[in-house]
Amino acid sequence: MRVSQLPLSAGASFKPEHFAAISATPQPLGFFEVHAENYMGTGGVPHAQLGFLRENYALSLHGVGLNIGSTEPLDRAHLARLKQLCDRYQPECFSEHLAWSSHAGIFFNDLLPLPYTEANLTSVIDHVDETQSTLGRRMLLENPATYVRFKQSTIPETEFLAAIARVTGCGLLLDVNNVFVAARNHATSASGYLEAFPLDLVAEIHLAGHVETIDGHGSPLCIDAHGSPVVEDVFALFDSVIARAGPLPTLIEWDNDVPDWAVLLAEALAAQARLDRARLVRVAPAAA
Amino acid sequence: MAMQKCHSDFAHALRDPDLVVPRGVTAHNSDAPRERFAIYRNNVVVGLVSALEARFPATRKIVGEDFFKGAAKLFAATQPPRSPLMLFYGDAFPAFLAYFEPAREVPYLADVARLEAARTRAYHAADAKPLTPAALSGGLPDAPAGMRFILHPSVEIVASDYPIVTIWAMNSGDIDLAPITDWRGEDALVARPGFDVEVRRLPPGAKTFLQNLAAGNPLEEAAAAALAGNASFDLVANLAALFAGLAIEMTYQPNEAPLP
Repeated sequence: MRVSQLPLSAGASFKPEHFAAISATPQPLGFFEVHAENYMGTGGVPHAQLGFLRENYALSLHGVGLNIGSTEPLDRAHLARLKQLCDRYQPECFSEHLAWSSHAGIFFNDLLPLPYTEANLTSVIDHVDETQSTLGRRMLLENPATYVRFKQSTIPETEFLAAIARVTGCGLLLDVNNVFVAARNHATSASGYLEAFPLDLVAEIHLAGHVETIDGHGSPLCIDAHGSPVVEDVFALFDSVIARAGPLPTLIEWDNDVPDWAVLLAEALAAQARLDRARLVRVAPAAA
Repeated sequence: MAMQKCHSDFAHALRDPDLVVPRGVTAHNSDAPRERFAIYRNNVVVGLVSALEARFPATRKIVGEDFFKGAAKLFAATQPPRSPLMLFYGDAFPAFLAYFEPAREVPYLADVARLEAARTRAYHAADAKPLTPAALSGGLPDAPAGMRFILHPSVEIVASDYPIVTIWAMNSGDIDLAPITDWRGEDALVARPGFDVEVRRLPPGAKTFLQNLAAGNPLEEAAAAALAGNASFDLVANLAALFAGLAIEMTYQPNEAPLP
């Protein structure tokens, strides 16, 4: 089975405030993505809405609390809840983050960075293995947006992700905005990162907006805020990725200051137009 | 072991703004990037405070944004989430508010927060099809006093010495803000028979009646307890409510031996 069954088209993150607009008429989108943890209640409106999306669209389940980057054992109860959701809704794709969010029993509700070391690589591989065997499916792992680095790190992030995917068989979720944000924050090259990224393992792309400021040292500082349109520089990086890799399921994430559905839909359709262009460009030489 | 230390140093420093940036954390332009590390600290605080703001909007409206944020930050610092299920973060916030010294002037605040916490639980409670009067189409059993009911999984009662249903309604936009002339305790019923969470003011005795039924006691016992507590308890009206969304199942065992 492939790591993702999502269509090679644009999708949008689902926000409950958009349900009325989305359910009123068929949407020209390939899929919707939801945060798994928002559907871990027992019943009510959230499940009714997710049921509607499931019935009418391809569905991507995106976890934000599994703590895969932790050095501690995975939370079995949480994994069981994820399994229950996957079993119930049979999403076309399940993804999580290369990050940690809990430690010593406390949940921080944020995606926190980890040093890229051999020891952490082993522990993340174990966690992905356990997740995949519990869920009975392969998953995607997402590259993080980071604000700091660790002196302990010995492995480049791209190699770290590639190693996890090669050993566990998981796919990768390439968040192009995270690439941009992290490169700005670490004064490195986003396109250099993408050159090194194992695109053959990528099964989904995320695009989102960020906020750019200047830190106390006068250096650019980007916050992965998910509260604004995708900037042109990120779209340009996206174009370079799909020019190399071909069209991929591409999600527009918008979690804060959520706009009207029409605005988010337009953003997703802009991504779709770029996917269509990439498809044509790739097909053209073969047809000639 | 060394790697575990790295996570725990990071976690400690996240929770304590007085701690320096954890060893090993670096940036291209600083060996101790306080400002960058502070982004994580800020994300954690803002994330938890906004979760509480989303869950307790009427409580927030009563005390104002600044007061609420202050209380929420202190709660988040002392009682951080223990699970990634943020849907239910803040179950302990009402109890925190009850002992929060600066909120002493607003004695009903904790009860309004309890009502809001119950609303979220009802919103996410299991789905169940409520009983309708059609369940009685075959006529009442010979001895209706022995009937037992299973209440809808969303049902919760929030009892208060303050008019919390009125206060909540005024601060959630349900009714206009106005002086409350009849200042007396109200018991709130929170239930979600369909998709919408309902908040109702319980009539006299209904709290005892419903609590008895929820405990599995037969109708007769529940009604007697309610009447004993309040002479104006209206059995017919309360039965009507049971068949209008509150009960999901009715059992009756005709062979049950009568009490001696």
